[in-house]
Amino acid sequence: MFKKLHDDGAERVTVTIDGREARVPAGETVAAAALIHGLQPFRTSAVSGAPRAPYCMMGVCFDCLVEIDGTPNRQACQVRVAEGMAIRRQDGAGETAP
Amino acid sequence: MNLDAVVVGGGLHGCSAALQLALRKLRCLVIEKDTVGRHASGVNAGGVRRLDRDPAEIPLSVAAMEMWWAIAELVGDDCGFRLSGQIKIAQNETELAVLEERARLVRSLGYEHEEPVGANELFRLVPALSRHCVGGLVAREDGFAQPYQTTKAFRDKAASLGVRFLEGTRVLGVERKAGDWIAETDRGRFAAPVLVNCAGGWGDAIAAATGDPVPFEVVAPMMMVSARLPPFLTPVVGAAGRKLSFKQMDNGTVVIGGGHFGGADAEAGTTSLDFRALAESARTVAELFPIMRGASIVRCWAGLEGFVADGLPVIGPGTGEPGIYHAFGFSTHGFQLGPAVGRIVADLVTRGESDLPIEPFRIDRFAKPPSAVPHPSAGSG
Amino acid sequence: MTARHELAVIGAGPAGLAAAATAAELGLKVALFDDQPAPGGQIYRGVERTPLADPAVLGDDYRRGADLAEAFRASGAAYHPSCGVWLLTPERELGLLDNGQARFVTAGRVIIAGGAMERPVPFPGWTLPGVMTAGAGQILLKSAGMVPGKGVVLAGTGPLLLLLAAQYLRAGVQIAALLDMTPPSNALRALPHLPAALSAFGTLAKGLALKREIHRAGVRVVKGVTSLRALGEARLEAVAYEAGGREQRLDSELLLVHFGVIPESNTTRSLGIRHLWDSRQLCWRPVADAWGNTGAEGFAVAGDGAGIGGALAAEYAGRLAALEAARALGRIDAAERDRSAAPVRAALAKERRVRPFLDVLFQPAPELISQLADDTVVCRCEEVTAGQIREAVGQGCTGPNQLKSFTRCGMGPCQGRQCGTTVSQLIGHTLGRPVEEIGAYRIRPPLKPIGLTQLAALDGEGEAAA
Ligand SMILES: Cc1cc2nc3c(=O)[nH]c(=O)nc-3n(C[C@H](O)[C@H](O)[C@H](O)COP(=O)(O)OP(=O)(O)OC[C@H]3O[C@@H](n4cnc5c(N)ncnc54)[C@H](O)[C@@H]3O)c2cc1C
Ligand SMILES: Cc1cc2nc3c(=O)[nH]c(=O)nc-3n(C[C@H](O)[C@H](O)[C@H](O)COP(=O)(O)OP(=O)(O)OC[C@H]3O[C@@H](n4cnc5c(N)ncnc54)[C@H](O)[C@@H]3O)c2cc1C
Ligand code: FES
Repeated sequence: MFKKLHDDGAERVTVTIDGREARVPAGETVAAAALIHGLQPFRTSAVSGAPRAPYCMMGVCFDCLVEIDGTPNRQACQVRVAEGMAIRRQDGAGETAP
Repeated sequence: MNLDAVVVGGGLHGCSAALQLALRKLRCLVIEKDTVGRHASGVNAGGVRRLDRDPAEIPLSVAAMEMWWAIAELVGDDCGFRLSGQIKIAQNETELAVLEERARLVRSLGYEHEEPVGANELFRLVPALSRHCVGGLVAREDGFAQPYQTTKAFRDKAASLGVRFLEGTRVLGVERKAGDWIAETDRGRFAAPVLVNCAGGWGDAIAAATGDPVPFEVVAPMMMVSARLPPFLTPVVGAAGRKLSFKQMDNGTVVIGGGHFGGADAEAGTTSLDFRALAESARTVAELFPIMRGASIVRCWAGLEGFVADGLPVIGPGTGEPGIYHAFGFSTHGFQLGPAVGRIVADLVTRGESDLPIEPFRIDRFAKPPSAVPHPSAGSG
Repeated sequence: MTARHELAVIGAGPAGLAAAATAAELGLKVALFDDQPAPGGQIYRGVERTPLADPAVLGDDYRRGADLAEAFRASGAAYHPSCGVWLLTPERELGLLDNGQARFVTAGRVIIAGGAMERPVPFPGWTLPGVMTAGAGQILLKSAGMVPGKGVVLAGTGPLLLLLAAQYLRAGVQIAALLDMTPPSNALRALPHLPAALSAFGTLAKGLALKREIHRAGVRVVKGVTSLRALGEARLEAVAYEAGGREQRLDSELLLVHFGVIPESNTTRSLGIRHLWDSRQLCWRPVADAWGNTGAEGFAVAGDGAGIGGALAAEYAGRLAALEAARALGRIDAAERDRSAAPVRAALAKERRVRPFLDVLFQPAPELISQLADDTVVCRCEEVTAGQIREAVGQGCTGPNQLKSFTRCGMGPCQGRQCGTTVSQLIGHTLGRPVEEIGAYRIRPPLKPIGLTQLAALDGEGEAAA
């Protein structure tokens, strides 16, 4: 769906996206990183199980919700990647941390 | 138009009273200043609870519960009622002893609905509860319902029986003239031999105007609701040592209340939230339900509720002119009583008496020598 | 102890940056809170450090932002990035989520410069992955150097759509089609506003230049598009629409839509500030005087959050609000305020003269809302359809707040931001009554969902517990 215009040479961090490791530019949003690395969909809706992915990228639609480090319902377009971060697709209401 | 009764207030109690009056063939008008169910009745926690009621309220609560179990027969809608059970938990032996004492008291009054349970049964009923809890008090056949859906169902049923609802109309004053009560509103005057005061958090004004002042305060219980979570909880949970009412709805959202109050402005009809108190609520929840630590709070709100000094509602006739009946000031726990109180009011209007013991709710109970007025603090839910 | 600031500014877009810098230069102790990690707001997002090798892709306007950010940095105003405001009280207490930590601060005055959001317009399939807004595409471009892989379809109406098309072309992106949904009759209706707009000739010239740029690049531009639909099961597969009376279909995996921008009014609404329905911009905006002062004591609004005026107008309004704050807090007197304000006000007035023309020219078709198909989802969070809303109205629901109780519409995590404007209009249309009378959702804090443990970490004093 999206590609990088060029390698911006930025510092990278390692995250996992649905279990797969990815090297992504530090400071980038989780949503941008996950879009480039093919997380599709980001979640299924809690009401009907419909597939959803980022819509607005500015924090007002809440369709980019994913599980980050075990916490569900995190806004991927508003959270920055960090070293070791575990990003996971969220199914329906999301699984809660044990 | 010829009316037999004017009901002031389109909350659950006004709708329930109107419905019962209509079932007894009286022609009724309900006058509501905002919209039906706009205040406490439409925004409460929906707890349908006999558990831990003041002994004076137990007979009414038990009668109301029987109506809830068959609520669809009364109003043609299930009101979202769920027989989830309600449980009050103890975090230590001292709290458990208090709950056991309470169970003995209820039994001694001849009721069987409150049952003490130990840790094993507690965690079977509430697996998500923190393991430091030691036991609880259960009412297995209590539950919860959807407040707005319920109030609307009572309204719709009443309307189908001919009750008229006048919304966006405020009763400015009432007086008795030539055998009729006249309700003066911002949209004209309405007269009927019977006036029913179901004005909730504003009920004291009408009571005072008719010569029956009551020590009364308007409070704003606050609620929080979480984003949807996978199902983890069936019963409604309260706590002995904490302000808490905690339940998970069918849709997965978790509704948290428990009697922390925000700011109340009865005149403007608005409330404000106190996030320091809500933070306290959040701490309670995080301690008792580890599963909630990853939850996010999506919405918070508060509703206006009338709180009478002794924490009990006013139910019964006025002491002055005949033909006026009060049912207001439900002091944070009137939702569950709604179905029964309507019946009580209608019985008072048509027969002059009720089968249920309503003496403790007399409007003039404070007219005796003034006693110390405790600050409202009872938990809701 | 809860920290106290003389002036709190919310938002680091042109309005907030200009307000904070101006106020700080006048000697006020200013704190600016912005939920983004770097200054710039929407238009100047990432302006201090864009990952783009060639920032010229974004156009000349973008550069003005760098100056603003620099002046702000030099002004001495305290900057709190990654710090969202989730609570505002009439006593001017602010609830912050500062890098994930909840805390309170208080302020003598507050300037709300929270900006705009794109107008959400429901259409069949708009919840499918692969359907995003043009703004979303632009944000990915500005902050992550990301562009569509292949065959992106742009659809809707408004300057931002044209701007994004041009920015993509400069970056070498291939655009499959630009579906212009501007009602053809708008041009004629906008004509009476043209003379006034000519005074802001620069803005108009820029718009025309964008159109030329798109035309020259040979992008397929389809005019008079209606009945937009996004098709697909798990994700977008194709875009269907009508044009020239014919049903059309384009295979695509990315559709970017845009229908103009509207003030993000949840923030101002949460304070109980009165909002009126702007029938030209088709949105709610807070009622404010010429300095941005609102009905909430000590709260001013500036920028696109106060009504859409664009980046320059936002910057000027920010300066005016700052001058008024300095007067109210005793740093300057009214005469000095007025003297300093005069040139700013003149520039603002000039900037605003182009608005009526643009507003009407790019007004989305009323049918987009009034003719919404019954099975189209309006509330993305709770998945409430237009049909369910019409049904609730049929059952006696008269307003957005009651609709929540009837259908759960507006009760999900976005707190009504995506459905609010549509719902007010749809109820109004169904009842045949003006939107103004229908009203809008009552908004309560938290302005954005807050973690239970984040809330729990606030202690009684209000500071986050250590
Ligand atoms: C947040 C919250 C949570 C709660 N949780 C529970 C719970 O879990 N379980 C439980 O049992 N109870 C609960 N309660 C309490 C319960 O909601 C109330 O006791 C009950 O709804 C009261 O109903 P009512 O009809 O007396 O009052 P209301 O619902 O307040 O209705 C009174 C109506 O009268 C109208 N009115 C007043 N004055 C006038 C006038 N002059 N002219 C015209 N109209 C007028 C008002 O506009 C209002 O609509 C809770 C309350 C709140 C606020
Ligand atoms: C997605 C999008 C893209 C746009 N792109 C362009 C463009 O390229 N060119 C153009 O001319 N116009 C563009 N606009 C129009 C834009 O509204 C104005 O040009 C200009 O950015 C308005 O400036 P402002 O200062 O009013 O608000 P903004 O620039 O929007 O800045 C507001 C800032 O406040 C922050 N904020 C909001 N609420 C809170 C809160 N509660 N707590 C903390 N921070 C908060 C926001 O994150 C943002 O950083 C765009 C609008 C949108 C919505
Ligand atoms: S994409 Fe809309 S909130 Fe993140």
